Order: sequence, then C-alpha cells, then structure tokens
Amino acid sequence: MPSIEFRNICQYICNDVNLMVTDKELLVLLGHNGAGKTTLLNIVAGFIDYRGSVLLDGVPIDKIPANKRGIGYVSQNLDLFPHLTVDDNVAYGLRALKRHAEPEVTDRVSELLDMVRITHLAARYPRSLSGGEKQRVALARAIAPSPRVLLLDEPLSGLDTQTSKYLRVELRRIQHKLGITTMYVTHDLNEAEEVADRIAVIDKGRIEQVGRPEEVFFYPASRMVSDFVGTPNILDCAYCHNLGNGIVEVDCGGLPIIVPHDGNLVKRIALFPRDIYISDAPPPGPGVNRFVGRITSIKDTREGVRLEVKAGDNRLIAEVPHHIFEDMDLAVGKKVHLIMKLRRIRVYEDKNL
Amino acid sequence: MKRLSRIKPGWGILPIVIFLVVWEIVARLNLANGVLGDSFLSSLSRVLIGFCTGSLAGIGMGVLMGWKEIANKALNPIFSLLYPIPALGWLPLLMLWLGVNEALPITIIFICSFFPVLYNTITGVKNVDQGYVKTARALGASDRRILTTVVIPLALPNIFTGLRLEAGMAWRVIIAAEMVAIPTGIGALMMKAESLIRIDIIIVCLIVLAVMCLSFEKFFAYMEERLTRQWR
Repeated sequence: MPSIEFRNICQYICNDVNLMVTDKELLVLLGHNGAGKTTLLNIVAGFIDYRGSVLLDGVPIDKIPANKRGIGYVSQNLDLFPHLTVDDNVAYGLRALKRHAEPEVTDRVSELLDMVRITHLAARYPRSLSGGEKQRVALARAIAPSPRVLLLDEPLSGLDTQTSKYLRVELRRIQHKLGITTMYVTHDLNEAEEVADRIAVIDKGRIEQVGRPEEVFFYPASRMVSDFVGTPNILDCAYCHNLGNGIVEVDCGGLPIIVPHDGNLVKRIALFPRDIYISDAPPPGPGVNRFVGRITSIKDTREGVRLEVKAGDNRLIAEVPHHIFEDMDLAVGKKVHLIMKLRRIRVYEDKNL
Repeated sequence: MKRLSRIKPGWGILPIVIFLVVWEIVARLNLANGVLGDSFLSSLSRVLIGFCTGSLAGIGMGVLMGWKEIANKALNPIFSLLYPIPALGWLPLLMLWLGVNEALPITIIFICSFFPVLYNTITGVKNVDQGYVKTARALGASDRRILTTVVIPLALPNIFTGLRLEAGMAWRVIIAAEMVAIPTGIGALMMKAESLIRIDIIIVCLIVLAVMCLSFEKFFAYMEERLTRQWR
C-alpha cells in the first residue's frame, strides 16, 4: 500500500500543508470543525481543486480524475445508495471498474460482508439498517475495489458512544488486516487516541503537530494543541520508583506522586485540571497524592473557575465548579490542599531509555 | 384466508356492476356500431405518441439540464419563456405550420407533456445529494455510470410526479384540441353529438375521458410505487 504525501498544498482553507502518511499507517486528522480536515481528504480524493501536489507512493496524482485515483472514501453521512440493497452497494465499485466477472463480484461481496460481519443483511435496503450496520456497509463498499488508500471522514460521528467505541476496535482490526494506508478525520480526541498510529493536529488549515497520540498529548507543540487536548497539567518526572502491584512513585518538581503504572520508565505524567480537587481544609483519609500549595491566580471560565496553584516547583491548574468556588473562601495567595485523582493520572513512558 | 377476510363483500361486486352498467349503456346508445371505438382509438393513439415522445424528450432534456449547469444556463431562459404558453395556445400557429393532420394533435400533446416533465426531472436530478455522486466517483464510476445508476434512479420520484400529473392533462388537452380543430377523435365526436343534441353520447364521451385520465394517472402512480417503494 502506498504512502500519501502532501506538498505545499494550498486551498481556500488550507495554507501550505506538508504532510506525509507512511505506508500502512492510520493517520488521524484531528481538529475543530472548520479546521480543514475534510478539505484535505477531498484533496486526496480529487473532489476539489487545489494548488500544490499530492503524491501516492511518490507519484503525483494531481492530474488524475477522482474516479481513477483508486481511493476508498467513507463520508460523514456514509452516503449509502438508498435504492440499492446492501450487497449491490458493496458491489457498486467492483461493477463500476468492470475488472471482474459477475461471479467474482459475488464472491468478493460475500467475503467483505463476512469480514465486516453483516452477511445476514445482504438483501436489505439502507433505510432499514441501524447506524452501526450502515457504517459497516459503507466500510465494506469503500474497501471492495481494493483501493490504494482509505479515507474516512468522521465515519462514527452519528453513532452512540457504545457503538462508536466498539466499531473503532473493529475498524482498527480491519485496517490492520488489510494493511491499507488510511487517513481518518475526527474532532474527538478519545477516538483519535484509540485508532491512530499517528495524529496530525490541524487548525485553520495549518498542521500544528504530527506525532504519536501520547506525543501529542504529553508534548503539545503549541498552545492550540494543548488547548485542544484539554490543557492538561504536564509534569516532568525526576525519578521513578516501582512500588509493585502496578503502582509507581514519581518525583515531579518535589512532589512525590503515586501513579498507576507498571515499569520504571515514566518520563512525564499528565492530569486534567478537572481531576485535581481543591480543599481549603485538610482533607480526611490517607495522604496519597495530597499536597499543599498556594493560589497564584484565579481565572473564571465557562466550564468553571481555574486556579493556578504553586505546589513544590510546579504550577498546577485546577478547575473548580462555580458553585463550589462560591462556597469556599479562596483568594490569590491563600494556602489550599490539592488532591490528585490517582486513576486519572496519565503516564508517558519513554521507551528509548 | 386472512387477506381474503379483510375484503369487504360490497367491493367484490363493484367491477361486475360497472361492467353491467357499461354494457347496458353501450347497448342502449347503440354505440357498438364502432363510432366510439374508432374515435377513442384515434384519441388514444395521439395521446400515446405525443405523451411518450414529449415525456421522453422532457426526461432527456431535464437530465441534461439538471446534470450539466452549462446546459441549464443556456436553455433555461428559452424554456422559461415558452413554458407559460398554454398547450392550446400553440394551436393556431401549428395549424398553419403543420396543417390539419395527425401531426397537429400529437405536437400539441408533445408540448403539453414536455415542459412539466422537464422541470420535474431537472428538480429531481438537482436534488440528488452530491454526497452520493462523490461516493460513486470515488468508487471508480464514470459520469455516465453515475448518471444511469445513481442520479436517474434517485430522481425517479420527481420524474414520476411529472408523468403522473401530465398523463391526465394530456387527455384533457387532446379533447379540447379535437373539439376545436381536428375532425376525428373523442373531442370531435362530442362536438358532433352537440350539434345533433345527443346528450347521451356527450355523457359517454365524458365518462370515457374521466376513466382514461384516471387510468393514466393510476398507472404512473402504480409504476412509481413499484419502482421506488422498496427503498423510499
């Protein structure tokens, strides 16, 4: 399967995009609505005009029309042909290309329906399918003509959380099995982390950062990326001591923090502001991950009140709901107690050490 | 058995009653002499030829104009200008151009069928979600294949709406045309009956007209249902 390379791509929204998707990789394009994610997919698919060059396996495809690019495409709406049954939908690409005799088409369709586990739906029309079933049909249809690359534009956006989670695993299984180079668009960080080999964060038509999911999370390259992943507190770990039973103690700026992990290679930890509790009185219970700090700034946001607290050598951001903030007597310079939620601490392991 | 039990007994008798009534009327009016049959066949052949050619032309042109924006921009102003002219409004001009022969009513029906089918087809083609077109293209389909396998099938409900409406209209127009300009057909028969003060013949002609309008409309409604019911 070929690599996809974007060279100096400019379009209405995209601004000098350079990006490489390597062979058999699943790259997630992550960004807010209107960031230019779908535009990049449309450029690869050949649906829109652009400046610059797109290369498949090193060969420019800019002059090749969309129907000859050999690309599998699943749109956000899935766009199953409503007047065709499931098996006719899946066979559409095979028949359009006229490379296979009808018995071969039938065999290939059966094989694909089996792969996505919807053999029993072959004779049904799309209107009678559930969201998850439609998604499977769309995927089978896209991969039926053995495309060179697969483009998925928020394919799980219309599904409930449970189905979406299940289908992500399925999708990853199929992508691995076929070894097909894939670009996947989403604005959901969790979804991106679950499916991606690498994530490309895009904003206002520019690629902000490309890296493995944990790299993007623990080493955000810009303020935008940090904001996008939820502005987590990211702390460097000076030492790491394995306490056994899946518990590790790390030292972060003078704070001995207990984290759930198995190994000795913890390089960084991260914790979202909402996962740090603030108390103006010493909290009861065991003293694990409880520290004392001093408030250095207070900022009111839509989600809650954000407190910057200096604890050890760290400046931690904690988020307190408005109503709780009003009940507590908090002010800049005041001493507070911090409780870090153990289970919410995310760990970055440096495998190169 | 369950299905049969749902049919009310009264409805089962209806076709027999209609048959007997028609038989009685035909016998009493002495219409079995072939005058009604000949006139009916004349009108029917005109409607069929005019309606089929007009509809096919309307569908073809509508697909072209709906699919290719340049064709729409080039032709729409002309058709928009001609569309408001009632089909019968062409009669004097066509009488001079074509003469009073079979081509005249057929052309009138052609005009009557063409425009509504054209505009319904344009709407149907334009309303097809571009997502389907993009998807088909990505799957390797050529423009022609997309048109025949995606766009036209999805535009069928709109096309059938045009056909259904115009099927009845074609009969109304042919009767009017035959009444004023053409010496044969159901319309002409009605005019002759009027001069002979044969109200019975006029009523039979009106019944035939009503039945034919209804049959044509029902036929297209049935076809639409048959072709699109499964997926709509």
